[in-house]
Amino acid sequence: MDMAFIIETIVKIVVILLVFSALAGLGTYFERKVLAFMQRRLGPMHVGPFGLLQVAADGIKLFTKEDIIPQNVVKPIFKIAPVITAATAFMAAAAIPFWPQFTVFGYTVHPIVADVNIGILYVLGVMAIGLYGPLLGGMASANKFSLISAARSAAVFISYEVISGLSLLAPLMMVGSLSLVDINNYQVGGIGHWIIWSQPVAFILFWIAAFAETGRTPFHLVANDHEIIDGFGTEYSGMRWGLFFIGEYANMFFISFVIAIIFLGGFGDGTIAGAFQLLLKVAFFFFFFLWTRAAWPDVRPDQLMWLCWKVLMPIAVINVVITGLVMMF
Amino acid sequence: MFEAIAFYLFAALTIIMFTITVMTSQALYALTAMAAGMIFISAFFFILGADFLGAIQIIVYTGAVMAIYAFGMMFFDTTRNVIEKRSNPQFVVVLGGLAAVLVVFIVLAPIVTTNLNANYPIDLAVGNTQAIGMVLFTKYLVPFELAAVMLLVAMIAGIVLAGKKMDKSLTLMAEEDIALMHASSATEITQEEAY
Repeated sequence: MDMAFIIETIVKIVVILLVFSALAGLGTYFERKVLAFMQRRLGPMHVGPFGLLQVAADGIKLFTKEDIIPQNVVKPIFKIAPVITAATAFMAAAAIPFWPQFTVFGYTVHPIVADVNIGILYVLGVMAIGLYGPLLGGMASANKFSLISAARSAAVFISYEVISGLSLLAPLMMVGSLSLVDINNYQVGGIGHWIIWSQPVAFILFWIAAFAETGRTPFHLVANDHEIIDGFGTEYSGMRWGLFFIGEYANMFFISFVIAIIFLGGFGDGTIAGAFQLLLKVAFFFFFFLWTRAAWPDVRPDQLMWLCWKVLMPIAVINVVITGLVMMF
Repeated sequence: MFEAIAFYLFAALTIIMFTITVMTSQALYALTAMAAGMIFISAFFFILGADFLGAIQIIVYTGAVMAIYAFGMMFFDTTRNVIEKRSNPQFVVVLGGLAAVLVVFIVLAPIVTTNLNANYPIDLAVGNTQAIGMVLFTKYLVPFELAAVMLLVAMIAGIVLAGKKMDKSLTLMAEEDIALMHASSATEITQEEAY
């Protein structure tokens, strides 16, 4: 391995970390503004122009707040849980192609940290590890409401892993590769070649599962809002709580990238126009996360399980079988 | 060089994690260390170029260990130490030592006799995923299908055992109905005991 490759990889990692940490912060601002406008409010207005510096104010508040470790918690686990959520969210990004390759000063840059040929499996697997954050945080907290929230999060995540895996199986059968770059190149012919047209059911199923995996509102059971407390995060304060937040928002961005690349053609043929289209698609999916939060209430835990096992999973299995039959004949 | 560094790093981490799993009397430490150890094992697959198996190791064990967490939650107060009953520690040490020596023999025997060669070496022309699919659906088709049938049997048994009162929802029932249901099931149990 030569030195240039190592330096290039480190630069890519640092860039992705900085860009998406900043985006996670800005994401909270967008969420407040979008929710505010949908509820006929103004949202943050006082700090800076249009309240833009609110993000910086929140950051300063989180960083300088006292880091309280309650007395009866299991200390090492309690401390490491938020780090797991944030770290695995960014580790999952290693196999996502964020942008087509481009040339700067005669040097070709591939904007993907590790172009492994099982990209999508790696992304989903590492995102799944991130679910240990809420689980461990809740179990280590010595607080019965945190424990209930941890139990709920474990149940939801185990169930919806099944949906996301089964729904992705059908498009992957068509492409014949697990690499996100290959999946993108399969749809290079333009809007008519997007997988969403041949696999609309898989698209809807994966989209629903994405809400459960990121813990967003119709399935926001990890921190049940009507319990008033913050679920697994009840005992956390300061930047440890902030890390859970960064992880959640980074996951929202990364899963938006994954949906856009798999079902909506990704960056297409790799021109600048294609690259900006990818960013627009990602922006739409991120906006949709916020839109649902404004428009829908949470569902009950038993309804969530009913939806997963009795509705979505049979549909996903039937979709896989039909795809297989169509491909065979 | 990087492979050697990665190997020794992850070997040390895996051993430390599983040692914690065995030695600690704290359920939460044991479970977390086991999850971490399982995930660190995937690093060896990645170092060997078996990307598919590495990713599968992560996905399978993340979900599996999470299910064990659920049991831990049900049986223990995970924030306290578990008081273990050790009636005969010498016996445990002898049996554990024997088992460890046996595993070392099983692993070392083919290496010492240099009988170890790859039946299906990694072919760079064929992808990892395709190669595993070919082997599974040709040479190992029968064991693969048998495993599938066994899992199906286990799943059906689980549904039968757990699904007895699935059509009743405690959330939607009135308090009196729940009390009535408990009373009737209690009388059933006493009747069974009487027989």
